[in-house]
Amino acid sequence: MAFSVNVPLFAIVLCLVCSVVSSVLSGRAARRLSLALCAVVAVGMGMLLAYGMRTGVGTTYLMGHYPHPWGNELYFGVLEPLLLCAFSVVMGLCLLGGRKHLIEDLEDGKHRMYYVMSDLVLSALIALATTNDIFTGYVFIEICTISSCGLLMIRQIGRTTLASIRYMIFSLIGSGLFLLGVILLYAITGHLLMPNLKEAIGKLYASGQYRIVLLSAISLITVGLAIKSGLFPFHFWMPDTYGYATPASGGILSGLVSKGYIFFLLRVIFRVFGTDVFYRSGVSNILYVFGAIGIVVGSISALREKDVFRMIAYSSAAQIGYVYMGIGISPRLGVLAALFHILTHAITKPPLFLSAAQLSDTANGRLRANWRGAGHRNRIAALTFSICAFSMIGIPLTMGFVSKYRFAAAAFERTALIVPTLIVLALSTILNGWYFMRVIIALYLPVNRDDGAQRSALRKQGVYAISAIVFVLMNIVCGVAAEPLVLLLERGLGLL
Amino acid sequence: MKKTSFRERFRAWDEDRFDLTERTTGDLNRPMRPAPTDRTVSDEPVQRLAVGEMRAFSRIYPILAAILGVVLIAFLLMTVYDLPPFGAANVPADNEVPARYVRDGMAETGAVNVVAGVILDYRAFDTLGESHVLYTALTAVLILLLSLRDAEPEPDPEDVLMRRDGILTTTAALLVPIIVLFGIYVLLNGHLGPGGGFSGGAIIGAGLILYAIAFGFTRLERMLNLKSFRIICLVALCFYSASKCYSFFCGANGLHTIFSPGTPGRILSAGLILPLNIAVGVVVACTMYGLYSIFQRGRI
Repeated sequence: MAFSVNVPLFAIVLCLVCSVVSSVLSGRAARRLSLALCAVVAVGMGMLLAYGMRTGVGTTYLMGHYPHPWGNELYFGVLEPLLLCAFSVVMGLCLLGGRKHLIEDLEDGKHRMYYVMSDLVLSALIALATTNDIFTGYVFIEICTISSCGLLMIRQIGRTTLASIRYMIFSLIGSGLFLLGVILLYAITGHLLMPNLKEAIGKLYASGQYRIVLLSAISLITVGLAIKSGLFPFHFWMPDTYGYATPASGGILSGLVSKGYIFFLLRVIFRVFGTDVFYRSGVSNILYVFGAIGIVVGSISALREKDVFRMIAYSSAAQIGYVYMGIGISPRLGVLAALFHILTHAITKPPLFLSAAQLSDTANGRLRANWRGAGHRNRIAALTFSICAFSMIGIPLTMGFVSKYRFAAAAFERTALIVPTLIVLALSTILNGWYFMRVIIALYLPVNRDDGAQRSALRKQGVYAISAIVFVLMNIVCGVAAEPLVLLLERGLGLL
Repeated sequence: MKKTSFRERFRAWDEDRFDLTERTTGDLNRPMRPAPTDRTVSDEPVQRLAVGEMRAFSRIYPILAAILGVVLIAFLLMTVYDLPPFGAANVPADNEVPARYVRDGMAETGAVNVVAGVILDYRAFDTLGESHVLYTALTAVLILLLSLRDAEPEPDPEDVLMRRDGILTTTAALLVPIIVLFGIYVLLNGHLGPGGGFSGGAIIGAGLILYAIAFGFTRLERMLNLKSFRIICLVALCFYSASKCYSFFCGANGLHTIFSPGTPGRILSAGLILPLNIAVGVVVACTMYGLYSIFQRGRI
């Protein structure tokens, strides 16, 4: 057995230890530790990905001396290390790019606590993405919920306090429903480990026993995680949460945390319910419908928003709708598109928040009306914003185009869904184009040179520029050379 | 009439000083008909929409909530009706999993208390997460409530008032040592009988809170301040993570660990369970007292 298979265990423990150690460090040291941690996790996950590609099989990793169904386990193939590698890179870039605003938004003595929370979020993401035990999933959902609330409310203004109360309530309802579902599953199967659960559920489904309990467990778990990730009609916590958090948190919460829950749901669908049972239960159709409505409603809400941050946050609601629509279409191509979109959104949304924060500094405000000509004063932020907005709209050469293409291609797997999916995609592209292009045009409107505004030079931007450039490069590289990535995802999906 | 450049006209159009549909001359200074309200500039249309939305929302919301509640209640009642009867023989939960825990638990983990064996050995990863949940919660509360500005400790008027209460101080003086001692017993005895880190730590934490209520925080502060809290949590949780990481690593790679179950029933047995119970207990006690202290006076 290669050493690489130990990476998830070490990554989780390292994150937990770093978060505890951060509480006694100074804010600056905690920040460096956190960045180093992201880098180490990314490298480790890269090694694990290479190992998974080489062997081509999934690995079950014992957490202790007892195999399933008695002890805790991890399971990972190709998909998990790929996503986690991307997640840790994105988290590191968020912390880098949001540094200026972290310094401004946080109270002096509380910087270290921010990094305690971000390390905990990373550990929870790794554990959620690799666990083979549904109850361990619940434990780390708790860690993720509390620490993401911490990331939100550490900027202590009234708006974020209100937002975190709302986020907490929605999130806890989601956790509660998920836990209820797990309890029901345990009552009818007597197992918590995923392979045993899947076997028992397959038998129960075939025999027709406990049909109602099984259906309600599936719907409770799905709805619970859907609430936590912000599917329509549970997306009302999003604009305040993402819009008023400090930009680094906005990026982490929208790009990573909600994706962590969705990926955990995908693992539960594939490894606990089994695709047969799940897609025959009808819950997938409900996900499709709410996903599609969420896309349209989220985009319309974004269109009506004048505050750019809240607009981007509403656009997140629409993107979550895409992912759930993909899951609802079919277990193969649909989920593949959803996975690609998870990556797209994780790489596109954080730089939007980060550059919006930079632009609103030069533009003296968060409203679009104030942003006229801001692009001339902060060129790098405006360029990043525009390219990421293009990716959200789905313009070719960016990742957004590939995911929209994938959604359209997936719809052809189910004849009944071709027309509605294509209509929703077209409508959403128009709406996306409308509200994003409006901002981009405002950014590049001509301004008088003598109005006293200073142009921020590239070198003054420092780490933000690095993070923005890396984000944009990742987006374009993955958008141009999408085929290898899609093949990788396809292979990972086969191992899930 | 002055000719203006395209750029200037474009800018004027954007600022609503210039209507492209009416004017082709390009004179920016001619007075203009009252412009249609630009939603990006004026708040009014959106405001009106928001008010209407609120009204509709407050009308529809109770009805929708009631419908949803009724549907959910009916659905869950049907589910409960369909569930296997609680406590009956041959329910699905009575399978090979608890059978092995009960049959081999003592031999494999060395813990007489099967529950301790399950949570700290068979399913130790869950408990590792769970103990960090407490730490996360404590940090989150610190983020929310810790006030960094008034670091100067001031005598709490309530403290002074409470200290005069003879009944409280006498009872507390009698009870606190017993409570803490009992907590330590429950903590150390976790692998031999009912108890363990979570329950023992909660008892110790309750004892500390009672002491703080009766005698004020000033005396406790000498021993338990934010700095010592951080160090205690750091040592306990790092020990927990490191030892369990070693144990998981050995288990997954088929290596032999240096921790052996020992002789079940002795105080120094059950391998890692006793030290892990102590680590968990310390974290739980600190968290309980810490949460009380922060909510009471905004600092530890």
